[in-house]
Amino acid sequence: MLRVENLTVNYGAINALKGITINVPEKSIITLIGANGAGKTTTLRAISSVVKSAGGSRIYYEDKDITNLPPHKIVEMGLCQVPEGRLIFANLTVKENLDMGAYLRKDKQNLKNDLDFIFNIFPRLKERIKQPGGTLSGGEQQMLAISRALMSKPKLLLLDEPSLGIAPILVRTIFEKIVEINKSLGTTILLVEQNAHFALSVANFGYVLETGNIILEGPAKELEANPEVRKAYLGEA
Amino acid sequence: MKNTKILFLISVVLIFGINLLSDYINSYYYQIIIYAGINIILATSLNLINGYAGQFSLGHAGFMAIGAYLSASISTYFAPSLLSIFGDAVIGKAIWFILVLFIGGVGASIVGVIVGVPSLRLKGDYLAITTLGFGEIIRVVIQNLDIIGASQGFRGIYVYDNGVKSLEMIPELSGITYKFYSIPQYTDFFWAFLVVAIIIFSITNLIRSTYGRGFIAVKDDEIAAEAMGINTTKFKVTAFVLGAFFAGVAGGLYSHFVQYINPEDFNFLRSIEIVVMVILGGMGSTIGVVFAAIILTILPELLRDVQQYRMIIYALLIIIMMLVRPQGLFGIKLQKKKKITPEQPPKATLKD
Ligand SMILES: Nc1ncnc2c1ncn2[C@@H]1O[C@H](COP(=O)(O)OP(=O)(O)OP(=O)(O)O)[C@@H](O)[C@H]1O
Ligand SMILES: [Mg+2]
Repeated sequence: MLRVENLTVNYGAINALKGITINVPEKSIITLIGANGAGKTTTLRAISSVVKSAGGSRIYYEDKDITNLPPHKIVEMGLCQVPEGRLIFANLTVKENLDMGAYLRKDKQNLKNDLDFIFNIFPRLKERIKQPGGTLSGGEQQMLAISRALMSKPKLLLLDEPSLGIAPILVRTIFEKIVEINKSLGTTILLVEQNAHFALSVANFGYVLETGNIILEGPAKELEANPEVRKAYLGEA
Repeated sequence: MKNTKILFLISVVLIFGINLLSDYINSYYYQIIIYAGINIILATSLNLINGYAGQFSLGHAGFMAIGAYLSASISTYFAPSLLSIFGDAVIGKAIWFILVLFIGGVGASIVGVIVGVPSLRLKGDYLAITTLGFGEIIRVVIQNLDIIGASQGFRGIYVYDNGVKSLEMIPELSGITYKFYSIPQYTDFFWAFLVVAIIIFSITNLIRSTYGRGFIAVKDDEIAAEAMGINTTKFKVTAFVLGAFFAGVAGGLYSHFVQYINPEDFNFLRSIEIVVMVILGGMGSTIGVVFAAIILTILPELLRDVQQYRMIIYALLIIIMMLVRPQGLFGIKLQKKKKITPEQPPKATLKD
């Protein structure tokens, strides 16, 4: 569904991605794990075209070349990103945040059903529907960020560190919901995480990113068993 | 939606009614009231750019100048033909006035596109610098345009029977009959506050719509807005151009009230004055900005004796505001994003 070939991104003199290749098949959950500054966020931003990729990079989505297309064109095609750090709209209410997610939708009459689906997965959001986004707790903001992206009816959801700054118990819930979204809506998911343990437990396939290069890839179960991964990312001595 | 429409109609009727009483109002007070109306239009339109869309424009007086000069020159240079088309009756004058105000607004917004698009595409505060320069450029251009009076200012034109049009009387044509067409004084309470009602009504409706929520979204978080497929540049440009349009209309109201305009009326200090109204009223609060515009119209009149210290007083006012009420008189405290702090060291989640 998504093919990233030789993706290179430079921030001025900083070479954040050095030609990585990733493949995301339809209906799968693919994870990209790596330490701070590895280039995970940069990868997602380049896919959504929020940052420009350098010459030679190619990004294909459903066999169309979407490299450096304007961001709103890409969202229109059904590819939506949940930005890192729960970038919700602090001065809009929960409901208005969700409306913004549906901003490009043409089929506004179906919004009600999608809202019901979301409130079913995240009942807490329903209770806080009129509250400004900025007053939600960290975990709730993450739920809202995911839900807001769902409102755009994405075929491919890009999730940037949904576990960031959230208590472990909530992290588990959120990952369960991610699997539920994948299963019941058939949404393909590209999940970026530092929390390798959780990411590999839900993904089908994983890539390990280190300072702009993919150093390892394989089925999630194999990566979980890989001694190098266990040592570097799963906290084993 | 429905409610605001009714409210709008009621206010138009009220404005019309009050207008009938204008003859009973002391002319000095009347002038202040009109200025207050014009300032409300300027401040609320700038608030759309600086407050709602979160950009920072410093050139509002420039757009006002374009509207003022464009409408005034059409009303004078084309006065003979406009008179022959629309006649001298109330309706004819009204159409004429609407037409020139609209052209003034459109002229300002076209320039708004030219100034705004390049700087709004870039991320960062380029707009402040560009608009600062733009405002000064407009003023200098006008100072050098003889056709609209250059630095002498513009009052109207002499039209001789042989078709010659001139800003001053021409001694060689002393034998020929002429007529002086001054900038007509069409602006009264009704027109000024009709535009006030229109701008408040449109901004309120715009901001309440899903489309208008987009402005707040872009201001809250540009990256998230882009990730949602919102074309952030389009939003910023829309706000900027709409703001420029209303500043142009305000300029037209101004020139058709004072009947004499001078490039110095639209200098940098004028832009600053409008910015102060927005900051004092509270960025993004229409009611607050309306009140601030009224207060800052009356205040200088009360302080006539200390005119030369006006800017110092403004500066002090702003500093005090920043300290005591950073959100402005009526502004609501904005929601800040919570800092992301890991509630537990990440390591703790790894073992199982
Ligand atoms: N806007 C920017 N300007 C300059 N350098 C940047 C910018 N954004 C990211 N970088 C650099 O690019 C590299 C990759 O950053 P990126 O945000 O993609 O890392 P990450 O893998 O998402 O890390 P984290 O887990 O901490 O979020 C880092 O060295 C970072 O400093
Ligand atoms: Mg990151």
